[in-house]
Amino acid sequence: MTAHASVRLQVDGQPVEVPEGASVAAAVARVAPTRFRDSVHGAPRAPLCGMGVCFECRVRIDGRVQLRACMVPVREGMQVDTHG
Amino acid sequence: MVERCDVAVIGAGPAGLAAARTAAGHGARVLLLDAQPRCGGQVWRHDVAHRAPHAARSAIRAVGGKVDWRPHHQVVAADGRRLLAETPEGAVAIEAAHVVLATGARELLLPFPGWTLPGVTGAGGLQALAKQGWPLAGKRVLVAGSGPLLLAAAATLRRHGAEVLGIHEQASAARVAAFAAQLWRWPARALQAARLRAALTGVPYRCGSFVRRAFGTTQLEGVELHDAHGTRQIACDHLAVGYGLVPNIELAALLGCALDHDTVHPRVQADELLRTSVPGVLAAGEAVGVAGLAAARIEGALAGHVAGGNEAAARALRPARVRARRFAALLARQFALDPRLRALADAGTIVCRCEDVPLAALDGCVDARSARLVARCGMGACQGRICGAALAELGRFPRGGLRRPPLFPARLATLAAFLQPTIPEIEP
Ligand SMILES: Cc1cc2nc3c(=O)[nH]c(=O)nc-3n(C[C@H](O)[C@H](O)[C@H](O)COP(=O)(O)OP(=O)(O)OC[C@H]3O[C@@H](n4cnc5c(N)ncnc54)[C@H](O)[C@@H]3O)c2cc1C
Ligand code: FES
Repeated sequence: MTAHASVRLQVDGQPVEVPEGASVAAAVARVAPTRFRDSVHGAPRAPLCGMGVCFECRVRIDGRVQLRACMVPVREGMQVDTHG
Repeated sequence: MVERCDVAVIGAGPAGLAAARTAAGHGARVLLLDAQPRCGGQVWRHDVAHRAPHAARSAIRAVGGKVDWRPHHQVVAADGRRLLAETPEGAVAIEAAHVVLATGARELLLPFPGWTLPGVTGAGGLQALAKQGWPLAGKRVLVAGSGPLLLAAAATLRRHGAEVLGIHEQASAARVAAFAAQLWRWPARALQAARLRAALTGVPYRCGSFVRRAFGTTQLEGVELHDAHGTRQIACDHLAVGYGLVPNIELAALLGCALDHDTVHPRVQADELLRTSVPGVLAAGEAVGVAGLAAARIEGALAGHVAGGNEAAARALRPARVRARRFAALLARQFALDPRLRALADAGTIVCRCEDVPLAALDGCVDARSARLVARCGMGACQGRICGAALAELGRFPRGGLRRPPLFPARLATLAAFLQPTIPEIEP
C-alpha cells in the first residue's frame, strides 16, 4: 500500500473521505452500500458489474440524475444522492 | 463538432493501447477513446491502492504524447463510419479512415434466486469495484462461478483486505486438472497461475461447486452452496460470482459488422488481418472472442499495423496470434458450464433487473422482441446487456435489438447534435 491524498465529498448529506482516484461508487459504499437506487418495484439495488454495463449503481451527482457511480471519479466537494 | 483522424481506436484496454501505439508508430494520427476515466481496460484497471503491473505501466507510457487520448468518451451512436461519443460535458463526432474496435468483454452473469440482493456482484465486478476504492477490509467474500478470472479476482480482493472464504468453481476437478495440465504451452499464463496460487495460499479452491441461492432480507446474508456432497449454507457479506466473459459486440453490430454466431454469445467476425466485414473497420481483443490478455495485446498490435498501412508487419504477427488464440479453445472446453446452472432461476427470479421482470413473465415469448413487447424485458438502461446474455445462455432466445442506437442511454442534446445534418430541409 502507498499513501494517497484523499478527497472529501458528501453522500446523502453525510461527509465522506475517499482516496483520490476512487469512484463515486466507493464513496457511496461508505454511507449507503446496500441502497444505491430503488428498482422499479422499490427493492434496494447496489452495483453488480463494476464496469459501467449494468446501470444498477445509478445515483444523482451534483444535481445530474441517473449517472453510473462506478464510472465517475470523485471530486472535492461533490454532492451525491442515492435514489437519484 | 466533427473531429477527423487517420485511426480511431475505441477501447483503451490492452488491445486498444497496443493498436493505438502501433498505428501511431507508422505516423498515423490516432484518437484513442474510452468511456472509462483511465486507460487500462479491465485487466489493467487503475487501482487506487496498489501499483499497476509493469506491463500495464509500459503500455500506458508508450501511448503518452503519441496518441490523442480521450477518457470519458463513450461511443453511443454511429452513422456510416462516423462515430458519436458522449462526454460528461457534451458530445463529439469522429470521422476516421480506420476504426479499430477494441471494446473488450463483460462478465456473464446468470440469474439465480437472490441475485438482486445488494452484496451480490460479478467476480470481476467486485474486483473492479475494489480497485476503484470499494472498502473490503474485514469483509467475508465468497467467490464463485467459473474460469481463471475467479483466481485473479480473489487475489485482488484479498490484497484489498477481504477475507476470501473460498473459491467455488463450477467445472469438475477433472476438467480443471486437464486445463492445468495444458498450461505449460502458454508460459506467461502458467507463471500468472503460479503467482495467483501463491497469493491465495490458504484459500480453499473447490471444484464442481456452485451457488444455488443467495439469501438475506435487504442485503446479502449468505449463500446456499451445492457440490457432490450436497447442499450447505455459508454466511458472507459479499458474493462475487461470474460465469466467464461475453464479447462486447454492440458497437460493431451498430456499424453493420457481421458477427460470428458459433456460440450463444456472438463475437465480431474478423479475417486473419482482423478486418471486419465493413471496409476500414478492424476489431481486436476480447471483442473478436474471449482469449485473454496475451491475445488482446498481439491482436491490438496486428490491427494497428493494418490501420497504419503496414500489412507485412501485421502478417508477421499471425503465428503468435494463432498460438494465443488456442488458449481460448482450451478455456471454452474445460470451463464449459454445467447445465444445472441454467436451471437455477425459478419462476419468481427477476431476470431483467432494469425492469424487474421475473422469469415466469417470459413464458410464451419466442424471441427478444416479444419479450420486450409483452414484458418490457430488455427495455431498461442496460439495454439487455445483462438479461439478454443471460437468456441466451439459458437457452431461451438470442439477444435482439442490437442495431438500434443509442448504444447506451444518451442525452437528447447529444443525439440531436449528431442527427441534425441529416434532417431534410422542408420546402416552403
Ligand atoms: C470485470 C473484468 C475483470 C477482468 N479481470 C482480469 C484480470 O484480473 N486478469 C486477466 O488476465 N483478465 C481479466 N479480465 C479479462 C480481460 O477481458 C482481458 O484480460 C483483457 O482486459 C482484454 O483486453 P481488451 O483490450 O480486449 O478489452 P478490455 O480490457 O475489456 O477493454 C475494453 C475497453 O473498451 C471500452 N469500451 C467498450 N465499449 C465502449 C464504447 N462504446 N465507447 C467507449 N469505450 C468503450 C471499455 O470501457 C474498456 O475499457 C477481466 C475481464 C472483466 C470483464
Ligand atoms: S455497477 Fe454496473 S454500471 Fe455501475
